[in-house]
Amino acid sequence: MWIDTLFFYLFALITLAGAVLTVTRRNAVHSAVSLILALIGVAGLFLLQKAEFLFAVQIVLYVGGIMVLFLFVIMLVNLDQAARLRQFNRQWWLALACVLAVAAEVIYVLRRGAAAFRYALPEERATAAGNVERVADVLFKEYLLPFELASVLLLAAIVGAVIMARKRT
Amino acid sequence: MLHPITPTHYLVLGAALLAIGTIGVLARRNIVIILMAIELILNAVNINLIAFSHHLRQVHGQVFAIFVITVAVAEAAVGLGILIALFRNRQTVEADEIDLLKW
Repeated sequence: MWIDTLFFYLFALITLAGAVLTVTRRNAVHSAVSLILALIGVAGLFLLQKAEFLFAVQIVLYVGGIMVLFLFVIMLVNLDQAARLRQFNRQWWLALACVLAVAAEVIYVLRRGAAAFRYALPEERATAAGNVERVADVLFKEYLLPFELASVLLLAAIVGAVIMARKRT
Repeated sequence: MLHPITPTHYLVLGAALLAIGTIGVLARRNIVIILMAIELILNAVNINLIAFSHHLRQVHGQVFAIFVITVAVAEAAVGLGILIALFRNRQTVEADEIDLLKW
């Protein structure tokens, strides 16, 4: 399955390059466009792992929804003078060192423990139902209460966002 | 030369994405970009969830990823609302200039 390997490295490269550009660009619009690149790379990784519904959700919701929200806010908030200021705070080297140390540690442990994933797995069942049907089955049967709570959370977020962004009268 | 992809590949990628997002949250001054870095962190979580879901041949991980995306949407909406209110009051989007509560 060398083609899977090839596509994994392609999407991983897109994701990591987009992420690095997101946190290093000076202009916030450039950051937003790089973030779109990273999110599309993640969507490709979802597709590679046969999570077609998540792939569609990632494109429609993240790239189509959240990023438009970000771009609207970038246009509303005047970032022209912010782009001319210092971009990183004074302790950036400390943050970089700590995060790199933790990341190296986590990646070392993950690679050492790779053998733990080689246990006997259930065979891939040939079911007629596609990915969307299976996700819906689990979502609406076993996770019905969290699903309803998520709708309450979204309602609270909508009301909160409107109240926050409203002009004081 | 090309090895098959194991769950470890996805977990390492998720850890790397998490590290990049954390650097963005800790080191950047612009609040808009800090919010974007939080989105990167949540995507790293989703990569891990989908990797385990694919490895264990269950869709529970994908359902959890849907919930993570829901929380990310709510967080982005409220965060950007707070940002607009903040900019209206203080005329700044730099995280370290918002120090009213600092002594």
